Amino acid sequence: MLSSDTDILSAAAAWRRAGRGVALATVIETWGSAPRPVGSHLVIDGDGNFLGSVSGGCVEGAVITDAIDVIAEGRPRVLEFGVADETAWRVGLSCGGRIRVLVERVD
Amino acid sequence: MRAETLEALNAERAARRAAVLVTDIADGAQRLVTAAAIAADPLAPELRRALASGRSGLIEADGRQLFLTVQVPPVRLVVVGAVHISQALVPMAASLGLAVTVIDPRTAFASPERFPGVDLVAAWPDAALSGPVPVLDRYCALAALTHDPKIDDPALAAALRAGCFYIGALGSRKTHAARLARLAEAGLSEAETARIRAPIGLDIGAVSPPEIAIAVLAQVVQALRRPETAA
Repeated sequence: MLSSDTDILSAAAAWRRAGRGVALATVIETWGSAPRPVGSHLVIDGDGNFLGSVSGGCVEGAVITDAIDVIAEGRPRVLEFGVADETAWRVGLSCGGRIRVLVERVD
Repeated sequence: MRAETLEALNAERAARRAAVLVTDIADGAQRLVTAAAIAADPLAPELRRALASGRSGLIEADGRQLFLTVQVPPVRLVVVGAVHISQALVPMAASLGLAVTVIDPRTAFASPERFPGVDLVAAWPDAALSGPVPVLDRYCALAALTHDPKIDDPALAAALRAGCFYIGALGSRKTHAARLARLAEAGLSEAETARIRAPIGLDIGAVSPPEIAIAVLAQVVQALRRPETAA
């Protein structure tokens, strides 16, 4: 099972070697009850296939959309997710946490 | 991230060597610093701290936000002696996230009934550590718990030679003095054998096997997170 972050980095390298466009997303900062710790990875290819997790499912869809752009453009970007009002449940992390995610292309 | 950087990071991990990937958040510029190269790095103190904590995170340096991806090999605990203390120690160690192996050549002790679901090697330490058990390295802790010099001594010698980050041995001060004499005869220097923690475990007055197990694991955690307290 590909679950640990280390397996995900191996998968990212393997995908790249196979000639796929690859982006790596990494949780770089968390506040509150963020579901995944700093350093968690998600690897995405140009077709939107992915492995790993940066939020346990809450914001993966948005990260994947951005990752596909990053694969096309090549410039890394930092995404921020969460609820401004910690009592509100809106789009984002329903747990009330906030996270910042770095998305970079594997060249 | 350049593919070569990713491959190099993966290669360090496969070799069970620590490394830190430094990423400038603003422009994505990156460099991989292997454990061997940290001393020469301008961020050496920060990188050392990050490695000791084992956690990735952001730092500020020269007004730039840098993300440190910290990669530390998974820590393994090798327990020599399938004894009563080990029965308490193994599940506690597993709950700390340590990969545990128990070695004991005495099959009556090293039985799956006594250690269900545990990686158990019924062999002498020399044979076990050069075969079924992965080679010891500095990300291994070794606890020698048999009280039997024929079993404990070779395991301790192997752990010292491999530079394990923690080496502990059960036994009183008197037992340990005799052990040190034997290890000296076997060619180990005083500086080397001084790394053995004995009597094993933090001094918390532990009496029962589970209490001794807690004292041992607390000492292992201390050696891992506060390497400066090393014996």
